[in-house]
Amino acid sequence: MELLAPEPVSAGHIYAVTGAILTALGFYAFIVRRHALRQLLAVNVVGAGVFLILGGLGRGPDAIDPMPQALVITGIVVAVALTAFGAAMIVRLAEAPRSPDQGKAGKPDA
Amino acid sequence: MNLLGLLVAVPLGFMVAALLLRGSGRWLILAAAPVMAGLALWLALLPPGTTLLVGNWDLPLGILLRADGVARLMVLAGALVIGAIGLHALVDPPGGKDGGAATAETFWPLLYLMWAGANAGFLTTDLFNLYVTLEMVSLAAVALAAMGSLAAALRYFMIAMLGSLAYLLGVALLVANYNTVDVTLLAQVARLDLATVMALGLMTAALLIKAALFPMHGWLPPAHAAAPAPASALLSAIAVKLGFVILLRLWFEAFPAITGSAALHVLGGLGAAAVIYGSIQAMRQDRLKPLVAYSTVAQVGYLFLAFPLVAGAVEPSSAWAGMTLHGVAHMLAKAAMFLAAGLMLKAAAGDRIADLGGLAQAMPLTVTAFGLAAVSLMGLPPSGGFTAKFLLLSAAIEQGAFLYAGVLVVGGLLAAVYLFRALSACFAPLAGAGPDTASRGPVTGGVKAVAPLALAGLAIVMGFAGTALVDVSAIEVPWATPTVIQPEVAP
Repeated sequence: MELLAPEPVSAGHIYAVTGAILTALGFYAFIVRRHALRQLLAVNVVGAGVFLILGGLGRGPDAIDPMPQALVITGIVVAVALTAFGAAMIVRLAEAPRSPDQGKAGKPDA
Repeated sequence: MNLLGLLVAVPLGFMVAALLLRGSGRWLILAAAPVMAGLALWLALLPPGTTLLVGNWDLPLGILLRADGVARLMVLAGALVIGAIGLHALVDPPGGKDGGAATAETFWPLLYLMWAGANAGFLTTDLFNLYVTLEMVSLAAVALAAMGSLAAALRYFMIAMLGSLAYLLGVALLVANYNTVDVTLLAQVARLDLATVMALGLMTAALLIKAALFPMHGWLPPAHAAAPAPASALLSAIAVKLGFVILLRLWFEAFPAITGSAALHVLGGLGAAAVIYGSIQAMRQDRLKPLVAYSTVAQVGYLFLAFPLVAGAVEPSSAWAGMTLHGVAHMLAKAAMFLAAGLMLKAAAGDRIADLGGLAQAMPLTVTAFGLAAVSLMGLPPSGGFTAKFLLLSAAIEQGAFLYAGVLVVGGLLAAVYLFRALSACFAPLAGAGPDTASRGPVTGGVKAVAPLALAGLAIVMGFAGTALVDVSAIEVPWATPTVIQPEVAP
């Protein structure tokens, strides 16, 4: 209702629409792909979409609202840190002596 | 900076100190546990209406910390639980046989990180700040889970990160719609439109993942069961509660006018399904820690089963108190149970329930702690679990919600079935091997049983402090008069 404003597509909508498409693509890949690294990439695509939507929100017709952009910076920092953390875990798992996809119950000692 | 800020800043300070001190950082808990318990007790006794605007920024932009009833109880119970878990980890370090020193060292900063994140999350009313605290707690939780099983932790990490982004998208929609993310301000301007409904749906889905409500619980049992006992206790007691508390803020404070009864019954139905499903799964486990982990899935169900009961009540305080007290009782009892289970598994021959035979004679104090925690989880009187379930059950019967009342009763019976199975195994004679107990490794001394025994004892004592806790939970409830701070709402 509010989202589908009757006005013609403005420059601000491009960010939101692109962000929505990226989010959907990333979510699809997250569900379809099983490999951990691909899932991490998929989550990052979702993140890019969300940040694009959030960043584009500040763009008003006459003035720019800084609040969404302050929020998006925090979000990006958190996402970067978490991606590094996730990548480190994937590397650890790949280096572990046991095969990576068999350790679901997690018995540390054989 | 007043007390509310200290509750967040002090654990962060301990985290940095633990990182710098490395090996000897574990001794910090001797200072952290009493200091935090004192701060949390002080918080519980503060006069109502205590707030802090962080950095003195005014509200549409600033971050409000506020000591309402839920925050007081959760912070106090959290301080007692985390403090006890920390002291327990001091006498019984959480390291595996492989590289035990390294894991024991990484445990401490994570404990303080989770402490700071949980306290900030319980106190704040700013939805974006809650996103940051969710990330702090999730990061600590994933790293703690990784101490047991990397694969389970990675699965948890992926689903948690997707959940965080869904939550952030919800926050983005609210920012665009209302120009504020503060719960107390949103409550005044909330209106029913598509953007709000979408935002609420996204954030609720994200928080249900974090709180591990059925059917979003899949990541919980492997992660919680594989981690070392103190890490499991932190995960089950603290990490899942934050998602629940944020959902309370959203559903009962920010948007009570928008959340219709149908949506509330969806949450309540999922909660009821979680109670039944989690209990049945727990009955089917033949290993002890997965049993306790599935019991968490069931117990989280009660928290959400209470949502329609609170919303539907004419006088919601008693159902609200039942819901809050159930969260607190589960924190205490489940932490005690995981710590006791860790000690029992170290002494037992294997990790199966059948291997627990003879433990009642070998380690009576630990088995007593497990039993007392079980009493509270089952909801037998006198215990915190009983008080909470009694309040919920009377609210359900008052409203004629007999389905929920039935689930509350049946859930208690199922809990009795799976917990007594584990307990009776402890009293069984030692299988094979004759009467000598030498083959079952060193029997733990009394000191190690103190923390689980104290936590389980607190869960029981809660049953006697019922009215006092109900009074605390009623401080600044959402349907009472609005909070003192009422700045102008941004246009």
